Amino acid sequence: MAKPVRSIVITGNGTNCEREMAHACRLAGSDVTDIVHISELLCGEKKLDDYDFLNLPGGFLDGDDLGSAKAGANRILHAPVRGTKEKLFDQFDRFIRAGKLILGVCNGFQLQVKLGMLPGFDGDYRTQTATLSFNDSGRFEDRWVSLKVNPDSPCVFTRGLDGLYLPVRHGEGKFIPAGDGVCERLEKQGQIVVRYCTPDFREATMDYPLNPNGSVGAVAGICNETGRIFGLMPHPEAYLHRTNHPRWTREDLPEEGMGLALFRNAVEFLRRESL
Amino acid sequence: MPHRIEIGFKEGLRDALGEKIRRRIIEHLDLDVDTVRTVEVYTIDGDLAPEELEAAASGPLSDPVIQHYAVDRGLADRFDWLIEVGFRPGVTDNVGKTAREALALLFGRKTEDFPRVYTSRQYLLSGPLNRSDAERIASSLLANELIERYEIVDGASWNPAAGMTAHVPRVAGIDDPRVEEIDLDTDDATLLRISAERVLALTLEEMKILRDYLKDPAVLEARRRVGLGPAMTDAELECLAQTWSEHCKHKIFNAEIRYIDEQGDEKTVVSLFDTFIKGSTKEIRKRMGEKDWCLSVFSDNAGVIRFNDDHSLVFKVETHNSPSALDPYGGALTGIVGVNRDPFGTGRGARLIFNTDVFCFAPPGYDKPLPARILHPRRIYEGVREGVEHGGNKSGIPTVNGSLVFDDRFLGKPLVYCGTAGIMPAELGGEPTHTKEILPGDWIVMTGGRIGKDGIHGATFSSEELHEDSPVTAVQIGDPITQKKMTDFLLIARDRGLYRCITDNGAGGLSSSVGETARLAGGCELDLKKAPLKYPGLNPWEILISESQERMTLAVDPARIDAFLDLAKKMDTEATVLGRYTDSGKFHVLYSGKTVTFLDMDFLHEGLPRMNLTARWVPPGNPEPEIPEPADYGNALKKMLSRLNICSKESVVRQYDHEVQGGSVLKPLVGAADDGPGDAAVIRPLLDSFEGIVVAHGICPRYSDIDTYDMAACAIDEGVRNAVAVGASLDHLAGLDNFCWCDPVQSEKTPDGEYKLAQLVRANQALYDCTLVYGVPCISGKDSMKNDYLIGDVKISIPPTLLFSTIGKIEDVRKAVTMDAKRPGDLVYVLGETYPELGGSEWYALHNAVGNSVPKVNAPRARVLYEALHRAILDGRVASCHDCADGGLGVALAETAFAGALGMDVDLGLVPDRDVTRDDHLLFSETPSRFVATVSPENRQAFETALEGCAFGCIGAVRSDGILKVKGRSGGTLLEEDIGALKAAWQAPLHF
Repeated sequence: MAKPVRSIVITGNGTNCEREMAHACRLAGSDVTDIVHISELLCGEKKLDDYDFLNLPGGFLDGDDLGSAKAGANRILHAPVRGTKEKLFDQFDRFIRAGKLILGVCNGFQLQVKLGMLPGFDGDYRTQTATLSFNDSGRFEDRWVSLKVNPDSPCVFTRGLDGLYLPVRHGEGKFIPAGDGVCERLEKQGQIVVRYCTPDFREATMDYPLNPNGSVGAVAGICNETGRIFGLMPHPEAYLHRTNHPRWTREDLPEEGMGLALFRNAVEFLRRESL
Repeated sequence: MPHRIEIGFKEGLRDALGEKIRRRIIEHLDLDVDTVRTVEVYTIDGDLAPEELEAAASGPLSDPVIQHYAVDRGLADRFDWLIEVGFRPGVTDNVGKTAREALALLFGRKTEDFPRVYTSRQYLLSGPLNRSDAERIASSLLANELIERYEIVDGASWNPAAGMTAHVPRVAGIDDPRVEEIDLDTDDATLLRISAERVLALTLEEMKILRDYLKDPAVLEARRRVGLGPAMTDAELECLAQTWSEHCKHKIFNAEIRYIDEQGDEKTVVSLFDTFIKGSTKEIRKRMGEKDWCLSVFSDNAGVIRFNDDHSLVFKVETHNSPSALDPYGGALTGIVGVNRDPFGTGRGARLIFNTDVFCFAPPGYDKPLPARILHPRRIYEGVREGVEHGGNKSGIPTVNGSLVFDDRFLGKPLVYCGTAGIMPAELGGEPTHTKEILPGDWIVMTGGRIGKDGIHGATFSSEELHEDSPVTAVQIGDPITQKKMTDFLLIARDRGLYRCITDNGAGGLSSSVGETARLAGGCELDLKKAPLKYPGLNPWEILISESQERMTLAVDPARIDAFLDLAKKMDTEATVLGRYTDSGKFHVLYSGKTVTFLDMDFLHEGLPRMNLTARWVPPGNPEPEIPEPADYGNALKKMLSRLNICSKESVVRQYDHEVQGGSVLKPLVGAADDGPGDAAVIRPLLDSFEGIVVAHGICPRYSDIDTYDMAACAIDEGVRNAVAVGASLDHLAGLDNFCWCDPVQSEKTPDGEYKLAQLVRANQALYDCTLVYGVPCISGKDSMKNDYLIGDVKISIPPTLLFSTIGKIEDVRKAVTMDAKRPGDLVYVLGETYPELGGSEWYALHNAVGNSVPKVNAPRARVLYEALHRAILDGRVASCHDCADGGLGVALAETAFAGALGMDVDLGLVPDRDVTRDDHLLFSETPSRFVATVSPENRQAFETALEGCAFGCIGAVRSDGILKVKGRSGGTLLEEDIGALKAAWQAPLHF
């Protein structure tokens, strides 16, 4: 019998996409899907150890007041879990080392990068080597973008996919690596999973607004070396049904939205693997 | 000793904010500047060890990849001018608060024990600027001196090793609470002086009622028993002023009005609100009988209607005009975060699902001299836009619908309408959720933010015109994250049944939230000493009426209080028991056990007599313009598309998240390139269902220059029409009215008050007439009656403006229709007849004229069309449908074409009309209740059958190339334009 897949969607302190993220997990076949407030983790009522698929949704952690997800990352690194000697990050670390799956979207991706969980070179998940900064336009923008999927990436979420069409909704989405070395290494290890591209999904692009924020290398999302941790700025959970598509009243589209494939891949992967 | 940590971008990295400021300096101030860089400054008001400062700077406060920092020295180098902008004491500093929490966590300390952190920002300017340029940049662009201070440093005298001296905007409050007693047993002049000096906004008659109340022996005896004398305490006086304010009590809408029309005929209206607004809703509900889907109207913070068997919808639209005039960012942010608490504080509390926003501004390119204390319209525009962006986006609520309206007179006061809807389970624990109950003995609990001096006198302030001494404390800045944390907590508490009743703290603060809810129990006993404060130094009356944001007041059953407080603590939301609800019949407020307010509930709520006012209607009789027919129709159409009230608002729309929560169906921008102007929004609030909500609105203040009856009728028709255009049914559509008026009470300051009041009466009559015919009941609303500016000899009154918002249900969102032309070969229809109605139109406005032939709504005929169109949409016969409004048919045709990236061939000779003699009138008349629709040829017959009995004309077809070709009624080609050029004209004006 296939192993049940247990998904957790963390919310609280300004996160706001938890409901549609949980909906995506359920549509993808997750057997248990819990929206868990971070206070439930901090007071020890819930533990990451009881789940296989961790979702870090979009929003504005602490208002992004110190820079996107900065205060949120600070909390995970330094907040103690009541009744234990550990910090919340210790649970994250254990979760990662167990080979479980993590998906971060938008503010969740910003959180992963500011923690150092992504790109997570050499198994170091708490040293920051890249960032997501203010869009070149200097403004928050809501618009749909085309993404070219890297077929050579180890990312388990994008297996079998060539392109994605999803909305971005952010003011701080410009991907900047700490130096050229980081970019080369990401490239070499196939960790650049999705890039902003032309509408035919062929060419990665630096042209605004196709590349909505000026991301270096047109990077929209990256994974860790094992491909089990993935984060991206565009919102897969915002395109689960064709009526989410901005032009559904004028184009023939499949019933299911493109974003769901990422969640399906995650759930199927977890069902196959025995973790 | 305070410490400064400064954070800036590393060399060679882009500073997007700095670039944006640079563009604004060049474009708005016409100054030459080479570069602008920004530095974030954190001032920590306490002692930290050097290694702690280092850890703070390199940890949560900076990003190691792109930023560098300096501790207790200047980071800046190589600039000509440095301008540092920081908050004044007591102004909400959200970033400072977050920084303090983050640092406390970093060092393993409790937040309340950690030094406070204050933020400021430096702008480093390089370029040929002198000191007075720098002053101008600081005062007219970077800082709002009401809430911010700035410091300017000359690059030549800069010493980075010393840096800038730490400036701590600590509130120097002394904890010495006092209660003042005010003797009202005095002469009329003194009474009036008391009202004016304390910003009470109470009239002499009202002050006299207070004086007389304190002469009642029974009242005096009851007061004596609680230790109060015959003088009124400041807390009592302030509380009464809030409760009796125009803002809270709607005195004008409840007045007895003698209305005299142009023939001299008189009629008396006792309460516009009861007669017209509630009156229509009551009739409609009666007509619906068992099918009535209204659940709670006009009685709670927002209206409640049925969504389906299991869920109810809650909707409210508010205005936040006066605060937005003083501080556009803070005012608008507070507006959106504030209206979010209305549906949240309705019934048992609703989860928030969408925002709407409508702004009325003076044109951003306004180039005449500005009257005193008025900010430039562009600054208002940018500030308000950003405030609503932060309020909506950070709350995780999609902004799905809105508009921007421009008129010079909105210089006097900008109108900032913010709306919020919520959804709640129809029942919880077997009880309906749309009702409210409190039992004597329930605890009064306040949750969320703390109380400061911010927002004091907000309610009374907005009950006056903007004047020289308008209080600065009325300005405040919302904190969407504190509110989000609170609402996350309260939704869980709601579902666990941990509280009995919820309401929000808005205008009037605790005096209003507790005062109102105490009516459900019959009284209250509240101790202000228990209320958590932002800083010491508040007097009891200030705690009572402060409008500090992000607070809800709840009634909690004593049996549940421990569970409620435990959950609050766990979820990091402050919750404080302030007292108990009672059945004493008294509004009893104490401070540290000593009575500071003791008022009869009946007097507080019912003691205010009805006002008596006179309204006199005289039609304005504008000159009739003589405008020659345009020689170049293509050019005329482009000019119309470039009108501020018609052009694309994409640059604003894109900056609002309109898709969060995952249920987006029709977005504000639609069509082949996602840039056409959608008529209404559709969302799915429940992700596992195809049932949807339609949201739209109508607003047309220009018609007020002719007749407010037609202004209101057209706004209502537009709100209904937009909803119908995307697929809403009149059978399940509710309205919400927001009246923004200029002062309609005759006085020395307002010599034309009787006319303005007549305008109000006429608008209300129209609301009654139209909503009744459409069967669209108003479920809630709000009025804002003092939208004037008066300083010195300058008086600016806004044009009377009704915003009519609509919310309806669509059974299956997959039937929804957008406005963009879909396929070449589809037939183009005009639905509804066109009359020569150009009075108040954009076409006349383009020629600086108003005229008199105002568009008239024929509601009974429109209703038949709307029902027929709805059937055709449900049957899938309609490929596109677009509301025909500002700019008339010409604009609607062009928008339909270019949104679909397709051309059109149309013949004006086939447009159904009545008495229209000229092609330009046919193209630009603004007759209401019309649509432009496209239909695929195979649906032609079914579509026309569905519309039988309605006026419509098939006027041409969609063509595959990008040419819009319009044939005139004499047979010749009137215009032939590339849709790309039309779209460019439409997109150009507000593309910034």
